[in-house]
Amino acid sequence: MLRRLLLARLVDLAVVLVAVSVIVFAMIRLIPGDAVAIMLGANTEVTPAAIAALRAQIGLDQPIYVQYFGWISKVLQGDLGTSLWTGKPVAGEIAAHVWPTVQLTVLALVIGAGLAVPAGCLMARWRGGGADAAMRVATVAGLTIPSFWLGIVMILVLATVAPSLQLLGYVPFSVDPVGNITRLALPAFALGLPILANLSRLVRSAMLDALGQDYIRTARAKGVPERGVVYRHALRNALIPFVTSVGIMTGYLLGGAIVVEQVFAIPGLGRLILGAIAERNYPLLQATILMVTLGFVVVNFVVDLLYLAIDPRVRA
Amino acid sequence: MKQGRRLLWFAVALVVAQVLVAGFAEIVAPYDPVAQNIMARMKGPSAAHWLGTDQFGRDVLSRIIHGSRTSLFVSALAVGVALVAGGTLGLVAAYYRGWTDRLVMRAMDVLFAFPVMLLAIGVVAVLGPRQETAAVAIAVVYTPIFARLLRGPALVICESDYVTGARAAGATDGRIIFLHVLPNLASVVLVQTSLLLSAAILVEASLSFLGLGTQPPMPSLGLMLSEGRNFLMLAPWPAVFSGLAILLLAFGLNLLGDALRDTLDPRLRGGH
Repeated sequence: MLRRLLLARLVDLAVVLVAVSVIVFAMIRLIPGDAVAIMLGANTEVTPAAIAALRAQIGLDQPIYVQYFGWISKVLQGDLGTSLWTGKPVAGEIAAHVWPTVQLTVLALVIGAGLAVPAGCLMARWRGGGADAAMRVATVAGLTIPSFWLGIVMILVLATVAPSLQLLGYVPFSVDPVGNITRLALPAFALGLPILANLSRLVRSAMLDALGQDYIRTARAKGVPERGVVYRHALRNALIPFVTSVGIMTGYLLGGAIVVEQVFAIPGLGRLILGAIAERNYPLLQATILMVTLGFVVVNFVVDLLYLAIDPRVRA
Repeated sequence: MKQGRRLLWFAVALVVAQVLVAGFAEIVAPYDPVAQNIMARMKGPSAAHWLGTDQFGRDVLSRIIHGSRTSLFVSALAVGVALVAGGTLGLVAAYYRGWTDRLVMRAMDVLFAFPVMLLAIGVVAVLGPRQETAAVAIAVVYTPIFARLLRGPALVICESDYVTGARAAGATDGRIIFLHVLPNLASVVLVQTSLLLSAAILVEASLSFLGLGTQPPMPSLGLMLSEGRNFLMLAPWPAVFSGLAILLLAFGLNLLGDALRDTLDPRLRGGH
């Protein structure tokens, strides 16, 4: 049973991946007008010879299915194409920018999801009119604070209070671990706050749900101490919807990171993507979108498997 | 219970006030949002300029009021298109089932596979950075949400006796879908529309902040925030207040959706 379920999930994954690759492939072809002339127009003089050369380089002079299979077979071999203006391999450019974004995303997830569990448990203890409304307003506010604005306000406040603090930019962890964390702490918090608001509320209602179930009454009746009831019995079940959400949150974080990176001058994938758009470097943009989406799809797949592992009901 | 009602009315009042101010921007705003005044550059809040002026001496409050209209307009347009497109797809999938259902929902799954901001940025990159393309991008991102949202409950309703009855009475498929099935989903649609409008405000602001949405000199909240960032230490007002305006717009709509969900869905009463 479990094996069949896994197989079905793998087939789903393959179908989604193929479809995603087709959409990303179609990107350049969907640009209204002559994409090649538009790309060239950004940097060089547009001559018929230059257009023909670039068209041949991207392979636009071939039938569309030949183009797709040529492109996808290269991608599968790890060749993501060459950047239009630098002539460097795109894979290298992505590799040079991927770590700040991954680190920022993971840190924001750790802050948001990590704090959400104790916050949600705490919130579940306060119930009733006033407290409910106050928590609702607080979580909705947390959910709707624009992370890029929060980042700017934090920079403004800290630059006034402690001008000596180095807040912007990025240093690799291997070079300067302290500098790396201090620089990423603010952007990660700004990015993670909506996650914290969302997930803490989820944990709260799941806890309240779980605490009302029969097995909790049974646990209490057989003399399990209250702490054990809350943490071992209720929390474990409350975490099931939590885990599912974490996968979806990753998508939000990856997208949000693009914006927050701009505020804190972090040289991550956001800078790469925006630079690629500005200079109409579509092969670079295409490859970056493909790789980030691939990462997101894989994370969700892993979360799905995790879900199977922690919730025995799904397996039955 | 009473508390929930009060919260709902508070949210309604907040949203209505914001929509009215933005809708009547020409009358409400004290200044022309694009009129420059070199003599009054980067001034703090004063009696003449309640929220100060920006680097061109433009009135921040007036720009925020006009920018709110842009935000609300783009978001409403985007969510409206997503509702019509996604809603129709979801209902059609639920009504016809079988291959139609599988094909439609699989296509929606594929759109779901992209991170929201990334898909929006991709759409804008293809179509060119403009206000309208930002709306299209947001619509594309939210279409699968409405499709999934409506398909589930629509499946149940399509099984009900009154749909069978309507079919027996000779009603056309379109009539059944839009006159018998859709009205039953009104509360679900209302709640989700409100929540997605709130989210769309944030996505639109993000796109404009990145220079991929509304273009200058059109007043836009995201754009104001990004321009204001360059003068943050000299004149924090434009950046701080425009961000606050984005927050208030998104907050009001989200709270509204939230309170509506509690009021309209009896199962959730007392929970949460």
